[in-house]
Amino acid sequence: MTAGVFRGLGRFAQRPETGSFVGLIVTYAFFAILGGRLFLGAPGWSSWLNMAAEVGIVALPVGLLMIAGELDISVGSVLPAASLTVAILSGHYKLPIALGIAGGLLVGVAVGFVNGLLVTRTRIPSLILTIGTMFAVMGLTLGFTIMIAGSTGVFIVPDPLTKALFGAALGGMFQVGIFWWAGFAAIIYALLHLSPWGNWIFALGGDRDSARNAGIPTQRLTIQLYMLSGFAAAFVGVMQVITFGSAQVAAGSSFIFNSIMCVVIGGVLLTGGAGSVIGIVLGTMTFAIVNQGIFFSSLNPDFGSIIIGALLLAAVLSNDTFRALAMNYAGKKT
Amino acid sequence: MTEEAPVLELRQVDKSFGPIDVLHEISLTVRAGEVLCLLGDNGAGKSTLIKTLAGVHPPTRGEILMDGRPVHFSGPKDAGDRGIATVHQFGGTFPLMSIGRSFFVGVEPTKGWGPFKVFDRKKANEIAVQAVQSFGITRIDDGDRLVGGLSGGERQSLAIARAVHFGARVLILDEPTAALGVKQASHVLRIVLEAKRRGLAVIFITHQVMHAMAVGDHFAVLIRGALAANFRKGEKTREEITDLMAGGEAMAGLEASLETYMQSHEGHPPSA
Amino acid sequence: MNMMRSFFYRPAAASILSLVAVLAFYVIFGGVNLANLAMAASWVNFAANLGIVALPVGLLMIAGEIDISIGAMMPAGSMATAIISGHYGLPIAFGMAGALALGVLVGLVNGMLAVRTSVPSLIITLGTLVGMQGVVLSASVLLTGNASVSLTAPEWAKFLFGHLIGGSHQVVVIWWLVLTVLFGFVLHRTRYGNWIFAMGGDKTSARNAGIPTRGLTLVLFILSATCAAFVGMCQAIQFNSAQVSGGMDYIFNTIVSVVVGGVLLTGGLGTVPGVFFGTVTFAIVNQGIYFTHINRNWANLIIGIVLLIAVAMNESFRKLALNQQPGKTAKASTS
Repeated sequence: MTAGVFRGLGRFAQRPETGSFVGLIVTYAFFAILGGRLFLGAPGWSSWLNMAAEVGIVALPVGLLMIAGELDISVGSVLPAASLTVAILSGHYKLPIALGIAGGLLVGVAVGFVNGLLVTRTRIPSLILTIGTMFAVMGLTLGFTIMIAGSTGVFIVPDPLTKALFGAALGGMFQVGIFWWAGFAAIIYALLHLSPWGNWIFALGGDRDSARNAGIPTQRLTIQLYMLSGFAAAFVGVMQVITFGSAQVAAGSSFIFNSIMCVVIGGVLLTGGAGSVIGIVLGTMTFAIVNQGIFFSSLNPDFGSIIIGALLLAAVLSNDTFRALAMNYAGKKT
Repeated sequence: MTEEAPVLELRQVDKSFGPIDVLHEISLTVRAGEVLCLLGDNGAGKSTLIKTLAGVHPPTRGEILMDGRPVHFSGPKDAGDRGIATVHQFGGTFPLMSIGRSFFVGVEPTKGWGPFKVFDRKKANEIAVQAVQSFGITRIDDGDRLVGGLSGGERQSLAIARAVHFGARVLILDEPTAALGVKQASHVLRIVLEAKRRGLAVIFITHQVMHAMAVGDHFAVLIRGALAANFRKGEKTREEITDLMAGGEAMAGLEASLETYMQSHEGHPPSA
Repeated sequence: MNMMRSFFYRPAAASILSLVAVLAFYVIFGGVNLANLAMAASWVNFAANLGIVALPVGLLMIAGEIDISIGAMMPAGSMATAIISGHYGLPIAFGMAGALALGVLVGLVNGMLAVRTSVPSLIITLGTLVGMQGVVLSASVLLTGNASVSLTAPEWAKFLFGHLIGGSHQVVVIWWLVLTVLFGFVLHRTRYGNWIFAMGGDKTSARNAGIPTRGLTLVLFILSATCAAFVGMCQAIQFNSAQVSGGMDYIFNTIVSVVVGGVLLTGGLGTVPGVFFGTVTFAIVNQGIYFTHINRNWANLIIGIVLLIAVAMNESFRKLALNQQPGKTAKASTS
């Protein structure tokens, strides 16, 4: 009887998203009490979901990379680079918007390809490497924008269809990005947990050499993952430029640490080999609830980042404990 | 046999992690100037035994004696202070440090006084190079070279020389020859003999029977956490030892099933 | 020839080469007058502020850890000084002590978490980074009702931490040079330096060799947070005010300086002269570009490229050093 309960608990604790699920519930309850009806209603939901969608689309592939044992800092500069590409192509040069969007996404994929290529071809840690590409892309974006458009902000007026697809807000509150996020999450869930490709990612993060020896094309896989994160960051950049009608050079740096935090709160192991898409989504929600929920409470908004810092540490520490528990449990069983 | 108490002795040592018994009633003696070869297949409990000897794990039951007196190691540092040194498979573990610096990690020689106590690089390099060369590795002559630039055998030799220099009395060598080529391995074996000549007790862990037979005075075979055999040099042949290591019955069982297979398939062995 | 060789084996080699390359690039394509550049204060001041943080971060990285909470500790240091001595009007010594004590405290928290848990220090210090940002913001808004606090420091404090030497060079430059010598001495000339290298090479073996790895980790984290708070404190005294924002740039800027300076991100290798030249290189790319015809907007591109090339150079130099054959004796042993 107790053994059954214990096994159930053990299995629950073994799941990587357990900690993030508990965290989400506690956080939501906390802000529900402080924020009251407004937070529980549509305004509350829309505000944190809008934020979660933007960070979440980037956090998903960043999470995959982290499961594979790599980091991507360059997302912070890919985002404005894609925004400005769209704005320059379709706003400044007046090319069709489809072309602009394609260009923006292409920039993201290209940066991802370069990242992947450099990571696989050299033995340089990806943290350093992607800091390098971040600076380089930042410089290129700034340099070309000033050269072409003459200022650091470029305007664009999207047509109604494009606006509806990428920048509309349902009921004036829920941005269409939420659906894109759900779509991304579903596809990446299928890729990570249902396809053999996902298994390769876990293997890659667990032990690169063994993965290669098992016949997994580790180099191609790494490049694909970086292209995916570049694409996702560019996609958010495209959404932003269409939503706001303008692109700024300086946008995006907050995404670097925010995406990492969502992923880590979601129970992904920084050193690779463990994590889940559901965990990443839950982590992103938690992060967004704290970030936006604070405005619905009577608390000083600046407390928000203290809570996020504490939450992050609590999340990693509990993940640590949960993992130790799970390992112990498995050990005792045999 | 001398009547002197053995340097290190295990009496009926058990080690379990939770409900899992890893070591079962291990009794062993190691004497000064002798090489004890510890043989066993992967998973036989060799590494747990090493860690118990090196003070990483305390034994669950039984006792460890040094010079005939029971001892309790509070940790690897304590065991090290009592003269038990472990050298791991890849020898020097600081590939990016210079030979002189890594040799003296934790016990750096200094000169000067007060806050101006300076790491004495020259002295460290001199002593380190001298110590290695006294083991016959004359190729190492520059203490500023990085440990990572040495060959596998040289790294092992450096680690052994280091242990001896700092007063080790029991040398635990964890698979020192496993990753080495024939020539490099023979270097290491020569150094094991040199350590023995200097009166150290050596515990040589390996699964290569040839290497064990080249230097061992005394052999112990570990199977599934228990001592399957304990004998002295010349008491068993190489084939017998190999059989023992593979777990005797398991090998016999395999042979029997092969025979049955061949009988039923007109004498053809199963294809790979 | 031999000297050439041994130059390349030094972890600082790549940073010196990078520096030379950047200068050459600026002279050839940017028309820089080197004498003007050398006399200019802008990049020296920039380097000094960055360098004081880069030194302890470099030591941490050699020991195999990383600290990004410094990004919040800079404004925390200047805010603590300004709130205590500016807003509440206590003597400047209290403000300074408060700023440095805050650094010690945060460093202690980082270090404790790094020592007691198996969480990578990147994540731990990301947590304290965000947390401290909130603390600094809340404290300044709650206590002063403002995001910027002014401060008037007495003469002696100005002289020591915040005046301009010759009207152009911040006194922080002297602190930077002194700290560089001090850190260099500790890392390369004392046993503690050896411990740091050993810890970054292999923590378990280092501990087994009797090195107090936990204590050392604590000290290093305290050093980095305190140095960042020190820079913040000096800036508050220099500019007579403190802002809650700023400092985030320092996170990547220090990492880039340290890595260009030849420190191995994974630990075990690096030098203080390397970190020094890495910082100078970064400062010259970032500020020296104003002395060129090149548009300032390309500076980040150059930094990215310098970083990638320097890291690649470090990799190949390290391989060279590992394969270094001791000349004549190599032949003897192959027989």
